[in-house]
Amino acid sequence: MRKQAKFVAIVAAIVVTLAWMGVSGVKESATYYVTLEELMAMDNPGSKRIRVGGDVADGSIVRTSESVEFTLHQQDESMAAAKVLDVVYTGEDPLPDTFRDKAQALCDGFLRADGKFEATKIQAKCASKYEAEPGADAAPVYGAGATSPTD
Amino acid sequence: MENLGYLAVLLAFVLSAYAVVAALGGKLRRNPFLELSAERAVLAAWLMTTAASAILLHAILTDNFSFNYVASRSNASLDLLYKVAAWWGGQEGSLLFWSWIAATYSFVAVYTGRRRHRNLIPYVVVVMAGTQAFFLGLVAFEANPFQVIMSGPQITAVPDGQGLNPLLQHPMMAIHPPMLYLGYVGFTVPFAFALASLITRQPGERWIHTTRVWTMVTWLFQSIGILLGARWAYVVLGWGGYWGWDPVENASLLPWITGTAFLHSVMMQEKKGMMKVWNIVLISATFFLCIFGTMMTRGGLVSSVHAFAQSEIGVYFVWYLIIGIGITAYFIASRRQYLRSEAELESVVSRESSFLFNNVILLASCFAVLWGTLFPVISEYFTGNKITVGAPFFNKVNVPIALFLLFLTGVGPLFAWRRTSLESLRRNFQWPALAALLCSAALFAAGMRHFYATVCFSLCAFVTLTVLMEFYRGGRVIQRKLGRSLPSALVELTWRNTRRYGGYLVHMAIVLMFVGFAGAAFNIIHQQEMAVGDSIEVGGYEFKLQNVSEMDNPNYFRAVAAIDVTRNGEFLETMMPERRFYHASQQPTSRVDVRNRLGGDVYLVYAGQSSDGANPIVQVYLNPLVNWIWIGSFMLVLGTLVALIPSKRVRRAERVRPAQLKEQPIAASGD
Repeated sequence: MRKQAKFVAIVAAIVVTLAWMGVSGVKESATYYVTLEELMAMDNPGSKRIRVGGDVADGSIVRTSESVEFTLHQQDESMAAAKVLDVVYTGEDPLPDTFRDKAQALCDGFLRADGKFEATKIQAKCASKYEAEPGADAAPVYGAGATSPTD
Repeated sequence: MENLGYLAVLLAFVLSAYAVVAALGGKLRRNPFLELSAERAVLAAWLMTTAASAILLHAILTDNFSFNYVASRSNASLDLLYKVAAWWGGQEGSLLFWSWIAATYSFVAVYTGRRRHRNLIPYVVVVMAGTQAFFLGLVAFEANPFQVIMSGPQITAVPDGQGLNPLLQHPMMAIHPPMLYLGYVGFTVPFAFALASLITRQPGERWIHTTRVWTMVTWLFQSIGILLGARWAYVVLGWGGYWGWDPVENASLLPWITGTAFLHSVMMQEKKGMMKVWNIVLISATFFLCIFGTMMTRGGLVSSVHAFAQSEIGVYFVWYLIIGIGITAYFIASRRQYLRSEAELESVVSRESSFLFNNVILLASCFAVLWGTLFPVISEYFTGNKITVGAPFFNKVNVPIALFLLFLTGVGPLFAWRRTSLESLRRNFQWPALAALLCSAALFAAGMRHFYATVCFSLCAFVTLTVLMEFYRGGRVIQRKLGRSLPSALVELTWRNTRRYGGYLVHMAIVLMFVGFAGAAFNIIHQQEMAVGDSIEVGGYEFKLQNVSEMDNPNYFRAVAAIDVTRNGEFLETMMPERRFYHASQQPTSRVDVRNRLGGDVYLVYAGQSSDGANPIVQVYLNPLVNWIWIGSFMLVLGTLVALIPSKRVRRAERVRPAQLKEQPIAASGD
């Protein structure tokens, strides 16, 4: 019986340690993934790490030496008016090649008190064609999205 | 042609479905003719999928742009290799490709095993033909690759296809998907045999011996597939890394983890008759994770997380998984008696327990990766918010797991079965432990303060020494006995127990890869806007931008930065990172330039234009140890191949008995 107790204790110790690391890992990197519409409806969004998706409004990209500013835009039939959000990109990396007017963009960052969204990381996808973004796929996804009507 | 192709798919679907029914009927009603007819249906279904694939491939190679699939995946000027790759380059084609591999595996498995495993084969047919029928059904009714472009009642052809995404036109990307698919599909065979043995209550562990080669070959394909994907990400995507914990990457890792656990824990069943339930669960989990992985890559429920691809076929996969897991769980539960263990764990420090911990840890890792991948779905279901977790989560959980596994890699094979004496612990581990301590001390003295990397390098030293000592001790015994030179004795040693020593080679490969992974602690990243004539110094290298040349051709516009690399005043080479703008797709891409050296990669990216558009932004990545990952990959292939060679039969007189192995009493106990 003592033997079995030993095994149980060791396995339990392993599982508990990993669970604890898992929980703290989630806390460190949990990001709320929302559309523009959901962001607008969110309670107290300023305190959360957020990834927001939308289309880059045509002609809105302004590059300065410090940052890149642009407007995200989302509209479909269900909405009376288009939702818009001003985004300030302050990240280190150059913006992805696919980041252009009308591209679909995913911005990671937080909502500032002044109502602008400060993004530290941006992923983008051309409006016309599926594009593998860096780190996105080690597996065969090419073309996976190209058949979908949303592309 | 398109009608013939579609007909072949339909026939293959019907034949596979028939094989399931006939095999089941034949078995239950003890009708050997029905069983035989099911086997023939498997052969016929293979012929039909082959015909369908040949027709699609023919259409691609002859630039038949009246096929919707060809028009959207290929173009006339594409290289032959990438035209062939277009077969699995899109949803419809890749599902057909999947079905074809599945049909090939079923055909080979059934026709090689039909005499030896007479009473298993009907159930093997049920599982394999059932899976195949599922995929063929998807091809036939949801993702038909033989659709033609119609304008009104007329079939029309577009002048040229849209071609393959430029990022994917890379030799590695052409062979990576088939490798991964061979791995994904291949696990069906051991799963089918395992389930068949369970259902028929086979005495003994025959299914394990039967499927060992299948499992290892499949595992090898899967490993190669994953590593090729990582390598492609490294040399093409231009972010200096090789693994990003993306859902699609994770999907390929999950069955690999459970498959690895299975490869280890079956040894417990073979040698000791233990862990029977566990092994059935593991091989089933591996199979279902393969299906899950296919679902993820082929646009299912979870790729919506990615928000880049959405598809309707996911829901069929979910049903397939629910039904399949339900049936498997029923048989495991109803045959508990049959799966009863024949021995008990005796000591915490034993071979058995090292296998147990290996399994617990691998499963924990698998669960964590699955959890993180599905986190958006789970969190949305329970809280209404879609919450994603990124690399920090996966690293936080998996790094300690990986290090513990590395430790087990070193100690596990040297523990004795049942229990290990203190004396043997001392004898086996005093030098490796000393090496690990010295390694830690040396790293600390050299200014290394990264905890995990230090632990990892020390464990690498530890495991390397245990493996070398194993080879050396075994080799010495044979050398003395047969009077051969040490190298020839080592070859003889490996040949006499290929499983054991092949396994050691794979363990060494894992060590080399871990050196590469932990080497990321030394990586240096620098990014700077450079004008022509500027030079920067990074990590002892000097980079000078000589010029930027621009060229235009019908396919793309390109700008090439010529950067001279010098080190300690010595000129090394001129590197040429490049930026292209493809006219057809209106897509800019970066082409990295990598200087591959054993001592470290210099990796340059022409990352973009400065805000005013005048100067290039250059990223410099110095990755000193990354090449050990690729070297380890080759070693992994080598080790697995060695383990697949049948061991040499040794005449009695030449056999090395345990008593003669005074230095190492454990070695004779097998792998």
